[in-house]
Amino acid sequence: MIRFDNLHKRFGAKVVLDGFSLDVPDGATTVLIGASGSGKSVILKHIVGLLQPDAGGVDVDGRRVDALDTEELVALRRQIGYVFQSAALFDSMTLAENVRMGLARQQLPESEVASRTADALAHVGLSDAAGRYPAEVSGGMRKRAGIARAIALRPRYILWDEPTSGLDPVTSATMDRLMRRTAAELGTTSLVVTHDMRSAFAVGDRIAMLHEGRVRAVGTGEAMRATSDPVVRQFIEGRPE
Amino acid sequence: MKSAREIVSFIGGAALRAWRSLRDVGTWSPLLVGQMRRLGVDSIPIALFIAVFTGIVLALLSSYIFTGTVPNYFVGALVGKTIMLELGPVLTGMALAGRVGANIAAEIGTMKVTEQVDALETLAYDPGSYLVVPRVLAATVMFPVVTALAIGVGVLTGWFTAINLLDLTTLEFVKGLRMFYQFKDLWFGLIKAASFGLVVALTGCLRGLATQNGAEGVGRETTRAVVIGCEAILALDAFWALVLL
Ligand SMILES: Nc1ncnc2c1ncn2[C@@H]1O[C@H](COP(=O)(O)OP(=O)(O)O)[C@@H](O)[C@H]1O
Ligand SMILES: [Mg+2]
Repeated sequence: MIRFDNLHKRFGAKVVLDGFSLDVPDGATTVLIGASGSGKSVILKHIVGLLQPDAGGVDVDGRRVDALDTEELVALRRQIGYVFQSAALFDSMTLAENVRMGLARQQLPESEVASRTADALAHVGLSDAAGRYPAEVSGGMRKRAGIARAIALRPRYILWDEPTSGLDPVTSATMDRLMRRTAAELGTTSLVVTHDMRSAFAVGDRIAMLHEGRVRAVGTGEAMRATSDPVVRQFIEGRPE
Repeated sequence: MKSAREIVSFIGGAALRAWRSLRDVGTWSPLLVGQMRRLGVDSIPIALFIAVFTGIVLALLSSYIFTGTVPNYFVGALVGKTIMLELGPVLTGMALAGRVGANIAAEIGTMKVTEQVDALETLAYDPGSYLVVPRVLAATVMFPVVTALAIGVGVLTGWFTAINLLDLTTLEFVKGLRMFYQFKDLWFGLIKAASFGLVVALTGCLRGLATQNGAEGVGRETTRAVVIGCEAILALDAFWALVLL
């Protein structure tokens, strides 16, 4: 399980996280909602040690991430698939080569690498596009290739950074289904970060709202819909004021 | 101002990271040849273009300076010495600071702002081993190679100019060339070139990795990498002249 313990982070004078605490239980999908620029990506980056906290910390399976040494951090990262907002594909490589990149770091026989690459691409419906370059495919396909690259490592956790942003409504709904199917078939624990409420209700077993650097509210989709907290209501209903 | 202790611990930390990245040979070695081609071989045309004109101008200038004062064959000496010691390494270095420094900073900077550098890390790659080491090693090896070619071509065009446009024979030109030549002239120029390659590539990598704020940031850091690279070349040039001559 992933546990955020009173996480503080600032960049210069700008306080982004101000005592963020949240539990992400195993075997479920937790969705973190929050406005653009509220610090959702910053939270995800702390889980894999891409950013270090100013105070507090993140525990993954009971171990404090920022206290790990280099080898331990590499071992932790193998357990965690990170789906980047912009897909972050390596643009000099084909989609299949992108998926292979992570596998190439593990001591696996070539046949295993090839079959895992094919499986991951098939899982996201990209078998036919394996040999194409990121610049040659649509934004939705790039996102799915990013997912294939993450799941090829057979991670226990998947972190999704705004998986539906920039997608049309139909493609978004397809993405929601892909997220649910991935969690069910691979048995992964998911933490999804988004400001797309339709997607949040569709995939979230639990929803937490980030506001001013802390968790403002947390509960099931039903509970969040029924809340009387004006800040949460405003965000869910998408009212300007 | 930072305390001396902080500076020492910063340098120590950087050296430790550099050592870790270098030790991971399996990651950077497959990428080395590609970078040598991209940063070195592809830079040969611009370096030779500069060398041709340097050779012509030097021959004409030295003839203008020497006519009526010292024997004509000194043209060969001046062309050879200045190209090997100074103009070959520095002009090539400057041209490559633009080409190589900008190429590296823009590519790594774009990878940084599109989260590709983060993606590398989450896939268990050390960006130091995967991005920095192959580029820095390639530039350190290839700058002297390109510079050696530029020196050869510069001297050749100087000779060609001397026998065609000036009243010199090949024998006279070669006599001048050999009169003051020391083996040190050549390796001094090539050591300088290696140090230029190292700082230009390292600056490009570090500026690229420090990039923030999208396309604007990429432009800013690319410019900065080129400017710092050129300044570092001039400073190193003076340093080597003090230390080695
Ligand atoms: N590496 C960084 N350096 C400086 N500021 C940053 C950095 N990363 C994020 N920020 C700032 O932190 C805030 C939250 O960013 P982010 O987590 O990306 O927001 P979002 O919730 O949209 O994902 C923003 O104001 C952003 O400018
Ligand atoms: Mg974000």
